[in-house]
Amino acid sequence: MSERETDSGDTAPGDEAAEGEEFAGGTSGYLVGLGLAALLTCAAFAMVNLPLVWRPAVPMALVVLAIAQMGIHLVFFLHVSSGPDNTNNVLALAFGTLVVLLLIGGSVWILGHLDHAMMPMGRQMHGFP
Amino acid sequence: MLGKLTWSAIPFSQPIPLIAAGGVGLALLAVLGWITVKGHLPYLWKEWITSVDHKRIGVMYVLLGLVMLLRGFVDAIMMRTQQASAIGHAQGYLPPEHYDQIFSAHGTIMIFFGAMPVVIGLMNFVVPLQLGVRDVAFPTLNSTSFWLTAAGALLVNMSLVIGEFARTGWLPYAPLSETTYSPGVGVDYYVWAIQISGVGTLMSGINLVTTILKLRAPGMGYLRMPMFCWTALGANMLIVAAFPILTATLAMLTLDRYLGFHFFTNEAGGNMMMFVNLIWAWGHPEVYILILPAFGIFSEIFSTFSSKPLFGYRSMVAATLFIVVVSFTVWLHHFFTMGAGADVNAAFGVATSIIAVGTGVKIYNWLFTMYGGRLRFPTPMLWSLAFMMTFVIGGMTGVLLAVPPADFMLHNSMFLVAHFHNVINSGVIFGAFAGITYWFPKAFGFRLDEFWGKMAFWLTLAGFLIVFGALYVLGLEGMTRRLQHIDFTEWAPWLYVSVAGIGVMILGVAAQILQIVVSIRNREALRDETGDPWDGRSLEWATSSPPPAFNFAVLPKVHGEEPYWTIKRQAIESQGLADEPKYEAIEMPRNSATGVVTAFFATLIGFAMIWSIWWLAALGFVGAYATFVVFAWRDEEEKEIPAEEVARIDRARRAARRKWLEDNREQPA
Repeated sequence: MSERETDSGDTAPGDEAAEGEEFAGGTSGYLVGLGLAALLTCAAFAMVNLPLVWRPAVPMALVVLAIAQMGIHLVFFLHVSSGPDNTNNVLALAFGTLVVLLLIGGSVWILGHLDHAMMPMGRQMHGFP
Repeated sequence: MLGKLTWSAIPFSQPIPLIAAGGVGLALLAVLGWITVKGHLPYLWKEWITSVDHKRIGVMYVLLGLVMLLRGFVDAIMMRTQQASAIGHAQGYLPPEHYDQIFSAHGTIMIFFGAMPVVIGLMNFVVPLQLGVRDVAFPTLNSTSFWLTAAGALLVNMSLVIGEFARTGWLPYAPLSETTYSPGVGVDYYVWAIQISGVGTLMSGINLVTTILKLRAPGMGYLRMPMFCWTALGANMLIVAAFPILTATLAMLTLDRYLGFHFFTNEAGGNMMMFVNLIWAWGHPEVYILILPAFGIFSEIFSTFSSKPLFGYRSMVAATLFIVVVSFTVWLHHFFTMGAGADVNAAFGVATSIIAVGTGVKIYNWLFTMYGGRLRFPTPMLWSLAFMMTFVIGGMTGVLLAVPPADFMLHNSMFLVAHFHNVINSGVIFGAFAGITYWFPKAFGFRLDEFWGKMAFWLTLAGFLIVFGALYVLGLEGMTRRLQHIDFTEWAPWLYVSVAGIGVMILGVAAQILQIVVSIRNREALRDETGDPWDGRSLEWATSSPPPAFNFAVLPKVHGEEPYWTIKRQAIESQGLADEPKYEAIEMPRNSATGVVTAFFATLIGFAMIWSIWWLAALGFVGAYATFVVFAWRDEEEKEIPAEEVARIDRARRAARRKWLEDNREQPA
């Protein structure tokens, strides 16, 4: 549609390539992102296989690496930035994060409570985290 | 070769589904034959089936929804009559395994294939027109969404004659839905039908969110959007956030059933409570996905027929967004009795009571919109008024059920059934009928017949109050839901009352159908010449009825709230239209068969997975992917409508408007 092409300040997701503008430095930006993502992945494997970290802390370290990985993806591949045209993306991300936190937090709370309120009945509940 | 599919899948021993399906099949063949003989097939294919026009897709969504509402209503009739004819020694006419399929199919069809398509169809049709733009953000995706929903509906209805449907209720609670207790294909039909249509719904949600955020007429800021666009935005944000939960939950159930996983089983560390928890984490936002657009419809109608701007527009926006967020914090109230302790139950009970505040704000805003207005009472307004009165009753019983101790008494009873039918019927169904009568002239260029519309309204309202009034009483007397046989003869009188009520509702449905038939026959007398039959206020009434493919010859410039009202007042005051704009050629997306072909392959995937015909499933996947690749490599994306054509269409609209101005010259400006 014509009105979208004339108004270059208001682009829909996926439109950026068609208009010749590229975010985060174009191909080089994607390459940096790829490098960082690969680095974080290697770090996760190293964490588990090499005696670098105190054993019981490994799960928490993996969580930290996973969150960092999400950040890399958001910035380098999904182009979430603090730029003026990015309010929608940031708001969408905030809403998504809120929903995920509510869902996971709520589920853990509800099912933990459920387990707590049940009579001790043998060992089959042990498989449940 | 054909997996589990054998001749024994067809229920020859059960006459009811076979005869019903035979009748429907014959009717379908007759319609198809008539279409072919009359030579309408190319028209249907070119103008409707492959259309990517949001208005056409919206109309098809609503049609699908209405047909499925009728199908779900037949299930409802069977349930009411079975219960009334199976009291004491009587056994009724439906065996338990068939009755269980009927109540499961009733809920599934009404929510997923009745209410959802009608609501999404209305949003599809109206939102781009109200925003003053030419189409949704992704037109071909829109067509694909619709056809995937239709594919899901087809699968559910196939289960009538090939195999069976789920006997688990409309949400297949584990472990009943696991292979141990449901070894047949019923749950598989449910899972694949919902997964396929769920993909369609999710894409439709993404599409409408993008449309509202990114495509608005010049000058239309967020706080100048009509209320319906705001509630549509809220509902579609909920779709985008909640439907992945449903998809993931059903995917886990599928893994349990097909590959022997143990997400929700009794043994090997599975937790069936997790299924209930996850399905309602989707299920409660789903309630608001259905009701928020209906709230938007009522807002438009109250404002139009009170001849006043909507009262408290900003508080309405705030209430909508409040509901969007809080709807994600109440899901536990669907399973207070599951065993969680008082802390958890109290927290979710309080949240549930709080969410009623948002709805309360809306009710008062509608009341004050009407206060001091010049009220008119055509059919859409009647539906809206009835909504307000009955929805408040449903809301009150909801707040009652939100109190955990009360819920322990009323849980799983007919009181609960009466409560949620009360809110869904008077909210979503009345809203859908109000919206359909309100926007019908916009879609087809003629109004619906008022006499039959009012008949349908009064009969439906009366039948609805009788049926669910009786069910409220039955619930308080201790009757539980989903009973195939009634042991207590004391309940008989109220069961008979509810059957009488459903009789009145049947008359209401008949009046509804007559309304459409009579209106089509009298369409010349009911013609809407100006494109503004109700003295409307938002931009959809600025274009002609039915709107041209491009909606607006020139995109309207918006300078405030209620842009069309401003344009109209200016025209009346100056006794003339604005100057003729300079017409330019308009590029519109080309029609595409991508949607219908993808849905065909998706149906193959679903059917093959249900019956374990693996080669066919692989074929379906390859076909669907190939369709996507072909679409991605298309050379021509758009077709051009020449400037002369645009000018010709728009000049006709301006001539009709000018004539209206001259005819109404006496009116005080």
